[in-house]
Amino acid sequence: MAAPHFLVHEKKDSVGVVVVEGVKKGQMLTGWIMQGNKTIKMKCLNAIPLGHKIALSPVKTGDTVIKYGHDIGKCVAAIQKGGHVHTQNLKTKRW
Amino acid sequence: MTTKTKRQRPGNRGGKKPTFMGWRRKNGRVGVRNHVIILPLDDLSNSACEAVAHNIKGTMAIPHPYGRLQFGEDLELHFRTLIGTGANPNVAAVIVIGIEPQWTGRVVQGIAKTGKPVIGFAIEQNGDHQTIADASRKAKEYVQWASELQREICPVKDLWVSVKCGESDTTSGLASNPTVGKFIDKFDAWGATTCFGETSEITGAELNCEKRGKTKAIGKKFLKTWQAYMDEVIEPFKTDDLSDSQPTKGNIEGGLTTIEEKAFGNLEKIGKKTSYIDVLGPAEAPRKGPGLYFMDTSSAAAECVTLQAAAGFVVHLFPTGQGNIIGNPIEPVIKLTANPRTVRTMGEHVDLDVSGILRREMTLDKAGDALIDMTIRTCNGRLTAAEALGHREFVLTKLYRSA
Repeated sequence: MAAPHFLVHEKKDSVGVVVVEGVKKGQMLTGWIMQGNKTIKMKCLNAIPLGHKIALSPVKTGDTVIKYGHDIGKCVAAIQKGGHVHTQNLKTKRW
Repeated sequence: MTTKTKRQRPGNRGGKKPTFMGWRRKNGRVGVRNHVIILPLDDLSNSACEAVAHNIKGTMAIPHPYGRLQFGEDLELHFRTLIGTGANPNVAAVIVIGIEPQWTGRVVQGIAKTGKPVIGFAIEQNGDHQTIADASRKAKEYVQWASELQREICPVKDLWVSVKCGESDTTSGLASNPTVGKFIDKFDAWGATTCFGETSEITGAELNCEKRGKTKAIGKKFLKTWQAYMDEVIEPFKTDDLSDSQPTKGNIEGGLTTIEEKAFGNLEKIGKKTSYIDVLGPAEAPRKGPGLYFMDTSSAAAECVTLQAAAGFVVHLFPTGQGNIIGNPIEPVIKLTANPRTVRTMGEHVDLDVSGILRREMTLDKAGDALIDMTIRTCNGRLTAAEALGHREFVLTKLYRSA
């Protein structure tokens, strides 16, 4: 089994996590959804560093981002499918 | 005389309930280290303690910056932490040095309840020279006595294990924290005593954490503790993203964006099956028997581990993403990571590499068993990376300004 480029915790998550170094803009990535053991393929729109998140579907400003099946904050700048999700477009609802 | 002897070997026996080699102390608790510590009551006594530890090989000074003009709950926590550190079963004997005899005596009396050798020395009316000479004579006696104490085979129910993660990243929530979770689920079933903390870092997952209480009342006790931290610490002083302290700069570099994301990753450490049976104050020893405990602590690594060690925990599991390098003077800290870059760039700090989980080369169950094996080896005497590198971060929690 080839090592995946990104991992997804749960089926309903809106983001995955890149787990390899050197992912390039436009690269076709293989992802593993751990819940349900499913493999998916997706093109990434940015060079995403190890540990950083990739959007599995488009996210609108104000939408809640889901990881671990739970609310991890709100989208503050629209994100395209395959885009890099981090502090530039995701913010806590707490402080 | 019997000729048939069953050869017992301590260790991790193929996934079955393991045993380990420990020192059983007079109060029945079991330690996995045999330290003789030179413990200062206050900042002023650090120099004398360090001089004694320099004179007498095999002893260890534990310097710290506090102990003067503290009062009320803050002073009680200071005493509880010092007494708990001396009382920890990883410590065989203690020399306490303080500026004056009365508070020094209070720490000595607290530690003496364990039945271990402990004595105090005060600097006023003696000066550093006389104090160091007197304390060194006693320290030599203690260390020679301690060096002859023998380990014995002990069941895992005698093991107290604390957990806390640090410099986490997204690989922590994916792999190294759930590896600790597998460990906790197994050790809980085997009757061990375990502890997690980090009150502020459960923010975002506090309602999920509440549900993990053994009863509704215990869950409510956790939520009340969490709310108090929010009301007393976070709310009065909060800034945007808490000034990049939650998440930290390292967390953000590693891909963690929000406190909620960090919190759900953090909670992976307590496994899937285990419920906590009580909520402890900082440095408070468990009193309800074997099981998982939540302790109200800061989320800063050294503060949290210092409090857990003072509550009596003898071995610590520390998953990291970006590479927190913390150790503790008396409680061995086992470092594990799933981040392949951290393994490559700072491997000397890593006791267990679980990056294979991310490559699908290793299952979480296998990783959990590898962590159990590494823990038993550490209990049996293997020095952790932090011990070998000399990491002895002893950081007292201070609740407010002194009088």
